[in-house]
Amino acid sequence: MSAAESLADRGAAAPILTVQGVSKKFGGVTAVQDVSLEVPDGAIVSVIGPNGAGKTSLLNMVSGFYRPDSGAIALDGNDITSLRPSQIAARGVARTFQNIALFSGLTVLDNLMLGRHVHMRSGVLASALYWGPARKEEIAHRARCEEIIEFLKLQDLRKQQTGALSYGLRKRVELGRALALEPKVLLLDEPMGGMNQDEKEDMARYVLDVNIERNVTVVLIEHDMGVVMDISDRVVVLDRGRRIGTGTPDEVQRNPDVIQAYLGTAKGGGQA
Amino acid sequence: MSLVDSSDTCTLPKLLARNARQWPAEPAIREKNRGIWQTYGWADYHAQVRDFALGLAALGFKRGEKLTVVGDNRPRLYVAQLAAAALGGYSVPVYQDSIATELVYVLNHAEVSVVVAEDQEQVDKILSLRDQLPNLRWIIYDDQRGMLGYAGMAIVKSFPDVEEAGRAFARQNAGYFEAALVQGQPDDVAMIAYTSGTTGTPKGVMLSHRNMISISESFVAAEGITRGDNWLAYLPMAWVGDTTFSVGVGLVAGITANCPESPETVQRDLRELGPSGLVAPPRIWENMLTSIQVRAADASPMKRWVYETFRAVAEQVELLRSEGREVPFGRRLAYALGEVLVYGPVRDQLGLRNTRTCYTGGAPLGPDNFRFFRSLGINLKQVYGATEASALIAVQPDGEANPDTVGRTLPGVQVRVDARGEVQVCGDNVFKGYYKQDDVTRDTLTADGWLKTGDAGFVDPQGHVAIIDRAKDVGKLADGTPFAPQFVENKLKFSPYIREAVAFGDQRPFVAAMVSIDINTVGNWAERNDLAYTSYLDLTRKAEVARLVLGEIDKCNAGLPEAARVRRFLLLNKELDADDAEMTRTRKVRRRFVAEKYAAVVEAFYGAAKAVEVTMEITFEDGRKSTLTSTIDIHDIPGADALRAAA
Repeated sequence: MSAAESLADRGAAAPILTVQGVSKKFGGVTAVQDVSLEVPDGAIVSVIGPNGAGKTSLLNMVSGFYRPDSGAIALDGNDITSLRPSQIAARGVARTFQNIALFSGLTVLDNLMLGRHVHMRSGVLASALYWGPARKEEIAHRARCEEIIEFLKLQDLRKQQTGALSYGLRKRVELGRALALEPKVLLLDEPMGGMNQDEKEDMARYVLDVNIERNVTVVLIEHDMGVVMDISDRVVVLDRGRRIGTGTPDEVQRNPDVIQAYLGTAKGGGQA
Repeated sequence: MSLVDSSDTCTLPKLLARNARQWPAEPAIREKNRGIWQTYGWADYHAQVRDFALGLAALGFKRGEKLTVVGDNRPRLYVAQLAAAALGGYSVPVYQDSIATELVYVLNHAEVSVVVAEDQEQVDKILSLRDQLPNLRWIIYDDQRGMLGYAGMAIVKSFPDVEEAGRAFARQNAGYFEAALVQGQPDDVAMIAYTSGTTGTPKGVMLSHRNMISISESFVAAEGITRGDNWLAYLPMAWVGDTTFSVGVGLVAGITANCPESPETVQRDLRELGPSGLVAPPRIWENMLTSIQVRAADASPMKRWVYETFRAVAEQVELLRSEGREVPFGRRLAYALGEVLVYGPVRDQLGLRNTRTCYTGGAPLGPDNFRFFRSLGINLKQVYGATEASALIAVQPDGEANPDTVGRTLPGVQVRVDARGEVQVCGDNVFKGYYKQDDVTRDTLTADGWLKTGDAGFVDPQGHVAIIDRAKDVGKLADGTPFAPQFVENKLKFSPYIREAVAFGDQRPFVAAMVSIDINTVGNWAERNDLAYTSYLDLTRKAEVARLVLGEIDKCNAGLPEAARVRRFLLLNKELDADDAEMTRTRKVRRRFVAEKYAAVVEAFYGAAKAVEVTMEITFEDGRKSTLTSTIDIHDIPGADALRAAA
């Protein structure tokens, strides 16, 4: 795979997303403490760590669902720390959710069309009349959605209600919904959680294709280490809200702090 | 005068050139792109074939070389086949779901130098076998998706790149394509179709342009196929029938081949297109029937009542009609009402509203299934053919359809039955021989050049050919009663819950059957009956499911002669699968292989055991194997014990 070969230059690309020393507390619990990371443009960066390490909280701050107590987040050099989620989405950051957030009563196609909402310009009245520019716009958006349907091989499911789909397929539709936004940065929260081996392999393939062919930077939270080590350019490891390691998959796998966080302290071993 | 007699139309690519001249803008081939049907005219189609052929020439593709297409039905794969033929090469299509060993065997046996693959998945499959394919020089792909990472590979090229190379080649070699086309002769080999073979390793059936064109002409004449008709090109490209219908008949009559969006959308595409004709193997008709039955069972009581009532009317009317008797006025009135309420809408749902003719072939379709579709006003007819006979031998003319025969021979085709009851064929459709297997060819042809089909059958007084079973499968029960396993299996398969059945009985005291349940319908049934299950295996072990299947077999038994009734059965713990070599790629059961593989089961049927332990090997799609050991219960059909004791 070319991902490995081009790793050196991809890791060196200018960062598209910069997180600087962010912290977040919920009451007395510190979810994220002073975490920094840089996501190079065009890379796949994975965030890993044991349960409760603060991975999803970190993602929630990037997408604007939480506001960090301290620290700053910048996209393309512009500060987005205090923007609302909708504003961040409009700037090109899309995400999927650990527990799937689709409109289960709507069809696959409608869910994707909703994903294009940020790009729609026509007002309520023009859209309702389906006339002139509004009509043209709708057709153009549908064309982009069809592209995604083809990309994710959802052709046979276009007109199916998402609620009736299997878990693995819903995850794929959710990825499609995020892609419909035409993001620069895609945040994926456990896209392979609860999937069988076949579905995982398919999803890994889609994530790679999204990254390479659609030129989207990917931030991935995932528990399946095989997948993470296979497809990531860089890996960031969190434990109890802190960053305990970062680097290429190889470096991270050799990092003693990381090994300890995952396997516990060896008997008689010192605290790092 | 036949088209093959004129030097302008004697090969498939020459016919394409003719169509491009005669009907440049009329639709030749269609595909769905981003949800919208895209139509290419004959001139377009021809230009693509020309450019791609020249591109192949630029890559060094010579007369007599072989090109393989692998993938779902896509216009570009048809283009590639015709381009190879235009240069005097052979097309060697392979099944898109072939596992590695099958692919390696065919590609090496046929010495294939160019593979045209549909997408990245197929390219990966071929690349992974590259070390074992010494003749392979180029891999050309159609779908760009996922292919960026292959840019650096010298042997991998994109389809548009090859076309572009062809246009460049044409600027330096004016007239090259036309000259290559003129060289084509009707007796050149157009394709080598590897038969998946219900026995042994695949054999390469060489078919000439004369074979394909003459049989297509006969079919077009006999069936009244007219220019502008729409057909769906959805059957596997490696199956000879697809080439005959989508390429041969398409070129001869000028009909449009429509490629579905994906294998999963066939049903919906069918409905959107409303084609004028449809060829489908029994498996697909069985699936359609099952889907109708399931939907009827799920409908509200009122709707179900309407459906059942009018279905019964249709069956009675169809029975009267097929016996040539007068349909009473009241029945005719009821049928007319049913047409509005049930038959028309069902045909519409199936996408068969505009069909003039529908065909089933490849394997027998149960008589009940056959009558069911005809009773709904679908002109379903049996066709009979063999790969060695360019897919077609006989078809039932309109008004002579019946489930017991396969129809009259097509014009120019002759059939005779030898002393042992084997059907033999002679005509322009009979193949040129097996590639590199002259000894097998000699065994398959009689001394006077007739093709031995391997089917046991007879010609009835009406002049229809009737097929009983594969000649080698027809056997006798221990008491001497003739036993044709397929006959029993087709009865069983009429049940929506039974997907596949294999019947045993040759030299045995009674008939026993291995049944593979249909996970969709049985699963649906289980849900409706509050029966929790986790997997296919789990379902097959439920006593409730066994009782359900027992009831279904009981119903079938009622329609079988006393001696042929199924006395014992078991539920297989996995579906029969082509990857495990239990079925052919066209989904026919490989009876001998199955009998050997499940020898323990067969013995247990005829012993006293109530259960049997089975260890079987499962082959995954990527060729990995694993084994599954489990105990399978053997079920007795009540009332059969006495008989078994007597035996």
